[in-house]
Amino acid sequence: MSLTAEEVRKIAHLARLSIQEEKVQTYADNLSGILDLVAQMETVNTDDVAPMAHPQEVTQRLREDVVTETSQREKFQQIAPATEAGLYLVPKVIE
Amino acid sequence: MAWETVIGLEIHAQLATRSKIFSGASTAYGAAPNTQACAVDLALPGVLPVLNREAVRMAVKFGLALDADIPQRSVFARKNYFYPDLPQGYQISQFDQPIVARGHLDITLENGETRQIGVTRAHLEQDAGKSLHEDFHGLTGIDLNRAGTPLLEIVSEPELRSAKEAVAYMKKMHALVQYLEICDGNMAEGSFRCDANVSVRPVGQVEFGTRAEIKNLNSFRFIERAINYEVERQIDLIEAGGEVVQETRLYDPDKGETRSMRSKEEANDYRYFPCPDLLPVEISTALLDEVRQTLPELPDEKKQRFMAEFSLSEKDATELSANREIAEYFEVVAQGCGEAKMAANWVMGELSAHLNKADIPIAECPVSAKTLTVLIQRITDKTISGKIAKDVFVELWSGESDVDAIIDSKGLKQITDSSAIEAMIAEVLENNPSQVEQFRAGKEKLMGFFVGQVMKASKGKANPGQVNEILRRLLNS
Repeated sequence: MSLTAEEVRKIAHLARLSIQEEKVQTYADNLSGILDLVAQMETVNTDDVAPMAHPQEVTQRLREDVVTETSQREKFQQIAPATEAGLYLVPKVIE
Repeated sequence: MAWETVIGLEIHAQLATRSKIFSGASTAYGAAPNTQACAVDLALPGVLPVLNREAVRMAVKFGLALDADIPQRSVFARKNYFYPDLPQGYQISQFDQPIVARGHLDITLENGETRQIGVTRAHLEQDAGKSLHEDFHGLTGIDLNRAGTPLLEIVSEPELRSAKEAVAYMKKMHALVQYLEICDGNMAEGSFRCDANVSVRPVGQVEFGTRAEIKNLNSFRFIERAINYEVERQIDLIEAGGEVVQETRLYDPDKGETRSMRSKEEANDYRYFPCPDLLPVEISTALLDEVRQTLPELPDEKKQRFMAEFSLSEKDATELSANREIAEYFEVVAQGCGEAKMAANWVMGELSAHLNKADIPIAECPVSAKTLTVLIQRITDKTISGKIAKDVFVELWSGESDVDAIIDSKGLKQITDSSAIEAMIAEVLENNPSQVEQFRAGKEKLMGFFVGQVMKASKGKANPGQVNEILRRLLNS
């Protein structure tokens, strides 16, 4: 299975990754190699195998519905690039 | 050409847990910005989600109420997209193994007909934060207090055929989640909102038309208007030779129209995959049994019981059972006064009118169920007339609490002394000789006039039954 340069650019955009144009073909080749491996694995007969969502045979532990966190806004906002009136400020995103 | 409308709804109900779905931050509404957004909600490096037991129980409770399939295993998945109100860069949701699978809900239409609507699934997910687009020097403000609030997304089959049906379904679901006490149902605060998938097709065609998704409808009125507008738009478009584009649209309540949100090039490429931070959730038979024990009497069951126990009409029973608190209030009054029909009329009439006018829920009603019971008892024991009772109710509403004290202090006691009533009637007849003559000549409808005059003379206090009876006797003598 081979990934096109266009598909690589799309995947990079979806992940918000900036990639250098001259490396697109290398990425396409490398990613295609991974997909080839997956394709190879897919030839194994798995009819009797249940789909796996997690490698361990354990289930999720649940926590009680209790509020345990107190506001640490001041600490968190010290590392934010911009804040005002308690809000985190980000570049305008409205369409 | 005749067109058929096809609607599917995705309802988002915020679950009424104290803490968030994956963190111990509070979910209380209205806190100062970002004071309820902890490290997990902010997706700081190294944090891990831990699932809230109560959110799981609430989803299961919902599934049981819909008579839905609840699989033994349920898996969380990541839905990937970038938006500043979602710091993780993905929403933890569920994809191919939701907590609640196929179920159904019966809705009652305006003509009294009942339709069963399929519910495809309901899954747990986390809510996003809020973007505030007011001007912060050209920047957008982000409040992450809501980020991580548990949501139950309830997806219907595309089986709704009109805006009215969509509203009926939404109202029924709204009542249900409140009955179950899993969602406060506050639409103004966004606790209960929906997206509508709308398409049209020529009547008789089996394939669906292309659909548009209308986002974030948070009132019953908007849902109806938005869907009706969208249906018209699509029909006009197709009849003019155009094609409906699959896209997301926003309803503008001020203009009463839907408009396209600029469709993103990479729209809906969410690349779901199982969330590696969370293990599969196991729903044991023990948990199902335990939650089943906590199921309250549901709206349909209550309606049936009201009809059987209180001989109410289906219409009254439906209206009274739609809201759990109103139903409970009604039941206290009906049992207390022993006159279910009167109790129903008072609750749906005076009481509802006052609540609507004051725009308050019944929980804040100044007239308690016990007080209304006493008031109705004073009508049935003939102390006051129904008309005077309405005046007493106004006093009760404005803070008085003792029905008998109001009746005494205002001298509202009904006149049941036949001789006193007879004297008043005699006077009315004496003062209106020509009407008496006309009545005796056959103009029966003057009866209303005489009753009115007598009631006026008695300041509304004469017992209407006795007035009628004595009037007839004197007029026909």
